[in-house]
Amino acid sequence: MLRILQFLYRLRSFLLFVLLEVLAIWLLVANNSPQGAAFFNSSTSMVGSMLETQSDVRDFFSLAEANEALVNENSRLMEQLKSLKTDPDSVELSLDSVLSSQFKFLGARVISNSLRYAQNHLTLNKGSEQGVKPGMGIFNESGVVGRVKSVSSNYSVGISLLNNDLLISSIIKSTGDFGSINWDGKNSQTAKLLYVPRHVKAQVGDTIVTSGFSAVFPRNINIGIISNIIQSGDPNYLDIEVALTTDFSKVSYVYLVENTEINELDSLYQKSEITNEF
Amino acid sequence: MNFRSLISFIVLILILGLFQILFLKNLALFGIAFCFIYLVGILSIPLQIRSVPLLLISFGVGLVIDIFYDTLGLNAAAVTFLAFLRPFWLKILRPNGGYDESTLPTLQEMGIGWFISYALPLIFAFCLVFFIADQWGTGSFIGVVNKSLFSSIFTLLLAIIVQLLFFKRRRGI
Repeated sequence: MLRILQFLYRLRSFLLFVLLEVLAIWLLVANNSPQGAAFFNSSTSMVGSMLETQSDVRDFFSLAEANEALVNENSRLMEQLKSLKTDPDSVELSLDSVLSSQFKFLGARVISNSLRYAQNHLTLNKGSEQGVKPGMGIFNESGVVGRVKSVSSNYSVGISLLNNDLLISSIIKSTGDFGSINWDGKNSQTAKLLYVPRHVKAQVGDTIVTSGFSAVFPRNINIGIISNIIQSGDPNYLDIEVALTTDFSKVSYVYLVENTEINELDSLYQKSEITNEF
Repeated sequence: MNFRSLISFIVLILILGLFQILFLKNLALFGIAFCFIYLVGILSIPLQIRSVPLLLISFGVGLVIDIFYDTLGLNAAAVTFLAFLRPFWLKILRPNGGYDESTLPTLQEMGIGWFISYALPLIFAFCLVFFIADQWGTGSFIGVVNKSLFSSIFTLLLAIIVQLLFFKRRRGI
């Protein structure tokens, strides 16, 4: 017995090494599943406030650019609002008031962002006290940015679109065929459109937008533009490369969208035994 | 390791970690060369430290960096591997007379040739584990080796510059 203990004691550094590696890998695996519980991350209040101070300084230098983007977005929205307003002499039929209030929007600032790794995340300066919930979609004026993964009281962490784990249900705008956008981990400006059958007549230059099927994003938010279609490889699906419209190196202000009917949809899916994992 | 050098060592780790988190997080030269400057802290821990505390310190430092990077476990796994290899590598590199008790494994104390042969393989091992874990199942092996090679060279260059500029000679860190 003593011999065994002595032997183990002599091996102690190796055993500790193995233990720590297993612990690290367990943390890595447990923390990287898109729906899984996140342990410590940058939404912790101390880390969050530090990152916010850093981004305060950094964002100061890009204020002009952020302003310009906001002004453009405002003018676009004003135009839409004009077309929605009814003239005083016209008759308005309210078709379905439930449909119009299906999505709730919030604004937030990105205080930390990464784009060089295979699993990229971003940290936002709003948390559960401001109404952010896990599962909300993140986008900005130029396109989809990601999805909220976990929230603390004042900060939240999102999975960036530049993350192997995130699939976003999307359609080709001109033909209406749907597929899933997934990042291949190579370049922060391109992603892949998966599961588009070979018979689809997609063309280079077609716009990809969100489909609205997945109950995370509303319909018609830009994702990217088809930059290349490769016929070879998989016998069933096309290999489509998409140039993303969002410049992830410059994401600073984002919108969060919540589907207020997600619980009803989820329970409906469960009742009909559909597992819809987008 | 006396009290004074312990304090200055903690300050060193803090400064390097802060620099890593605030400035180097999204820096990648040509998209492949990353920099992990906080490894200088782990590499310049005094020679007589036992391997168990070394492993624990490294794991802790890696975990803190990970919390800021949102990659829990990634830096920790890689830096623990580095800490595990360090005593063996030091034994291989031992000069004829053995190490002096009070010397630190830094550029100033040991000279540039020794430091490169000490730091480069360890940093390369770190990078290899880091990028294999990061790109698990998605990246090609060539891509991983490529990133590791250039990242370790970049990190070594920055490590040499940092030590030349900020480390004092013969007075602890």
